[in-house]
Amino acid sequence: MKKLESSLKNMAIVLTGVTVIAGALLGYVNELTKEPIAQANAKALSDAIAIVVPGFDNNPAEAPETVELNGATYKIYKATKGGEFIGAAVEASANGFGGALNVLVGFDKEGNIIDYSLLSHAETPGLGSKAADWFKKGGKGDITGMNPGKQALTVSKDGGQVDAITASTITSRAFLVAVNNAYAAYSGQNVDAASGATQQAQPAEEAAPANDNVETNN
Amino acid sequence: MNNFKVLMNGIVKENPTFVLLLGMCPTLGTTSSAINGMGMGLATMFVLICSNVVISSIKNLIPDMVRIPSFIVVIASFVTVLQMIMQAYVPALYATLGLFIPLIVVNCILLGRAEAFAAKNGPIPSFFDGLGMGLGFTIALTILGGVREFLGTGKIFDIAILPEEYGMLVFVLAPGAFIALGYLIAIVNKMKKA
Repeated sequence: MKKLESSLKNMAIVLTGVTVIAGALLGYVNELTKEPIAQANAKALSDAIAIVVPGFDNNPAEAPETVELNGATYKIYKATKGGEFIGAAVEASANGFGGALNVLVGFDKEGNIIDYSLLSHAETPGLGSKAADWFKKGGKGDITGMNPGKQALTVSKDGGQVDAITASTITSRAFLVAVNNAYAAYSGQNVDAASGATQQAQPAEEAAPANDNVETNN
Repeated sequence: MNNFKVLMNGIVKENPTFVLLLGMCPTLGTTSSAINGMGMGLATMFVLICSNVVISSIKNLIPDMVRIPSFIVVIASFVTVLQMIMQAYVPALYATLGLFIPLIVVNCILLGRAEAFAAKNGPIPSFFDGLGMGLGFTIALTILGGVREFLGTGKIFDIAILPEEYGMLVFVLAPGAFIALGYLIAIVNKMKKA
């Protein structure tokens, strides 16, 4: 078969044809994968919730409450057992070293941190990415059991009580900002507002000037 | 040129990373560990084979003056398909590589092979060219990722070989990518001369 000539008519027809076929193909695949993608995302979320607030018997991922705080939106997944409120998982984010750092933090009724899970991040592999385990129970910067309402969490470099990840202070600060903000959103919801968690979360934000841009990540 | 030669050409003689020096952005960006490098290489190989075959089959239907935009549309479609499929069925791999998958579109290996090979040969040799180039890229990225992971964290494929304290952090970061790649290219050149 001879190669088509580069006339205006030919070019217009071919380009249109190629893009129409490509568009149709993409539409078809999108339709095909929409459901599995939604399922995969929902499963990732409910798995994360099961880690951070264990022991519930409802489906927290079903009906999240959204809270507006300082221009940022937070999603709160409430966990109940036998109809009784046992805690909640709060989704919060902060600007880390490489971009948005999304964390799901689980709090019990009193506001103590049960556990957390990094939902997504773009931190440096081998450095900031250690945040996935660093602050967990048994990690060097263990934050489980702490209550940001009593004292906002800050890294030891800023006079706080949490050991920062070695060589990743910015990531550590961003992570703690996200945790403090999550608590602020949570306490506005469930704990007496007079505990003043919002005010206490402020110093941590000021201590991390690179990370104060919280609202862009939602 | 027979198909086997075409295949080996991509893996050894014209290895896209070590010899042609194409696609340096994903090469340097994704190889912080062996598994990431391998995942990126395999994803690129899939797109490369598909785009090579399709482009070589439709090459006579495409007028010369619009071939570049047409090729890019073909490549971008396959990348998007790959992205959606990965997101749906292997979310864990997508979580680590997700950022780099769309970048395959601008990987010059794909357009380079479309122009240099697929636009001049039939679908079957083009398939082998895509396979060879893809394998060459995958091997190169896996080696580079393995070297960086080992020097940076003391592990290969997440299996600890040395305690993590002996790792040199710089190899996990961007400068280490350049250093490691430079030395690997030097070694390959030396071997080719010998």
